[in-house]
Amino acid sequence: MSEFKPTNPVIRWIEHRLPIFSFIDHAVGSGYPTPRNLNYWWNYGSLAGIALVIMILTGIMLAMQYTPHQDFAFDSVERIMRDVNYGWLLRYVHMNGSSFFFIVVYIHILRGLYYGSFKEPRELLWIIGVTLLLLMMAASFLGYVLPWGQLSYWAAKVITNMFTAFPIIGEPLVTWLWGGYTVGNPTLNRFYALHYLIPFVIVGVVILHIWALHRFGSSNPVGIEADGPQDKIPFHPYYTVKDLFGLGVFLTLFAALIFFAPNLLGETINYVEANPLVTPAHIVPEWYFLPYYAILRSITFDLWFLSAKLIGVIMMFGSTMILFLVPWLDRSPVRSARFRPWYKWFFWIWVFDVAVLTWVGANPPEPPYLYIGQVGTVWYFAHFLVILPLLSIFEPTKPLPSSIGEPVLKGGGAATAGAAAKPVEKA
Amino acid sequence: MKKLILAAAIVFAGLQAGAAQAAEGKALPARDWSFTGIFGKFDQGAMQRGFQVYQEVCSGCHSLRLIAFRNLEALGFDEDEIKAIAAEYTVEDGPDEEGEMFERPALPSDRIPSPFPNSKAAAASNNGAVPPDLSLMIKARDGGADYVHALLTGYADPPDGVELLDVQNYNLYFPGNLTAMAPPLDEDAVEYADGTPATVEQMASDVVTFLAWAAEPTMEERKRMGIKVILFLLIFTGLLYAVKRKVWADLH
Repeated sequence: MSEFKPTNPVIRWIEHRLPIFSFIDHAVGSGYPTPRNLNYWWNYGSLAGIALVIMILTGIMLAMQYTPHQDFAFDSVERIMRDVNYGWLLRYVHMNGSSFFFIVVYIHILRGLYYGSFKEPRELLWIIGVTLLLLMMAASFLGYVLPWGQLSYWAAKVITNMFTAFPIIGEPLVTWLWGGYTVGNPTLNRFYALHYLIPFVIVGVVILHIWALHRFGSSNPVGIEADGPQDKIPFHPYYTVKDLFGLGVFLTLFAALIFFAPNLLGETINYVEANPLVTPAHIVPEWYFLPYYAILRSITFDLWFLSAKLIGVIMMFGSTMILFLVPWLDRSPVRSARFRPWYKWFFWIWVFDVAVLTWVGANPPEPPYLYIGQVGTVWYFAHFLVILPLLSIFEPTKPLPSSIGEPVLKGGGAATAGAAAKPVEKA
Repeated sequence: MKKLILAAAIVFAGLQAGAAQAAEGKALPARDWSFTGIFGKFDQGAMQRGFQVYQEVCSGCHSLRLIAFRNLEALGFDEDEIKAIAAEYTVEDGPDEEGEMFERPALPSDRIPSPFPNSKAAAASNNGAVPPDLSLMIKARDGGADYVHALLTGYADPPDGVELLDVQNYNLYFPGNLTAMAPPLDEDAVEYADGTPATVEQMASDVVTFLAWAAEPTMEERKRMGIKVILFLLIFTGLLYAVKRKVWADLH
């Protein structure tokens, strides 16, 4: 956390006129003080950033070979797979990259929920993060349509058709979205344009996310603020090297999927070219959308003047939107689940619930899956709307340690009840 | 962490169940293919025989429109052999200087010509059912190579109570069991140049090997590169771990 003092004359010359080196040092270098007790769950933020870069780079190179036309899109993807030098590699990295991006971001979000990273004063950081999730969902949905396979086409049809659920404006809205009276060439063209645009919007919002992060610094597993320099270490070299090691593990797993099972997470039927006259027997979204899909399909009843479809659509969007409200639904003064014995359990039950919804989403909407999905949906919302507010009032929390350094540093203060917090793992 | 792994396992099992369900029909007998596994390679002999089966049997109805003659190099044919194979086909080219379309023998750079000019013509010749293109068939069906092999060898007499229309055939593995495709392979439907006995089983596995290559000609390159990349990443990640321990040593 020393002052940034370059010795290289060229760097000094530039730094004097444009202080970009101290800016970088302050952002991700030795000038960024970080809590000393971050565990490996804190790796996923930087991993998400790297996943974004991988997606943008492979995406730009694919765009140079891809043809966004309903008659040529499918064949142009196959040309990339067969005739373009390393085209198969670019395409498999991009295709599986979306899955890895979601895995990383979902773990990043779960970490935030478990350790209460969203709490005061980091609410806006959290809100910007949820916005990033929504943008990612839009980008991945749009991208899934581009190869123009059977599921590309029918996913576009099913998802855009959801907007017809809105009374009066529904029909004209969908016609406007399609640019015609069905999913067709104009739809493919605009989806391509937006799919290229959104990642750069994401880059912009990521900058806001990091900006907001730096205002108060990273949260940490104990969930109390650092109260002095002994609680902090410079980001570089400690966390740059830790993040690099995490990246190595991530890339190894990613490579195993790309090179040895690149189609494992995809649906075979998307290797059949889009055919508006043949509806696939099972229309399922990518795995990372399955919980939302289960929630959408679990609503099978009308309520007053609201159609089942409209309620389903609202619930589906609501299941992500509700994350915006988490800082105000969970008012417990204790951040970390380590010191919240009840919340810890409810957190894992909720994770299990989402896993069940994922499983339900992959199956047809009929008994018993339908009923399991309905119970899962009720629990999903009850967790946020009922359990979190009640826990904030009734949960007996454990005493907190007096400082971050206390449980970590040898002889860093007398042991108190709060020292029950696990020390940072010795890696 | 354990719970997370458990949750992931459940999710994965769910996905598998969904995939299995989509396949319907009878459970597929799993087979050992030369091209599965991380060291898998396409058996060139099987591919050449399979190409012969495609040419003499399948290509009467099914196109293979993503494969060009030049791609057949991967089967072990040399340049002259490929020129000779291509020259057996005629393709339409043009327009010439008078603005007329004309026919000429195919060149290695041409795609394999399709049996029908369009899907309407294909349907008209096949009782209304369009025989699907085979270029991506192995990737486009749940069960992949196992499924196509089972389909080709899975014809049987219908069980009691199942009435077939003239154009229908009973197949143990086809979803819904009733397919418009007549049993394509009979004993000795082709005469193999290498003397391999042309049993239905042999022809089915040969043509499936050929189609598996056609669906993903870059598979061998992918797996070869994968082994190198994974080895590099394992060593590199190990080094990063060592560096991490060294850097953090003064903190603990």
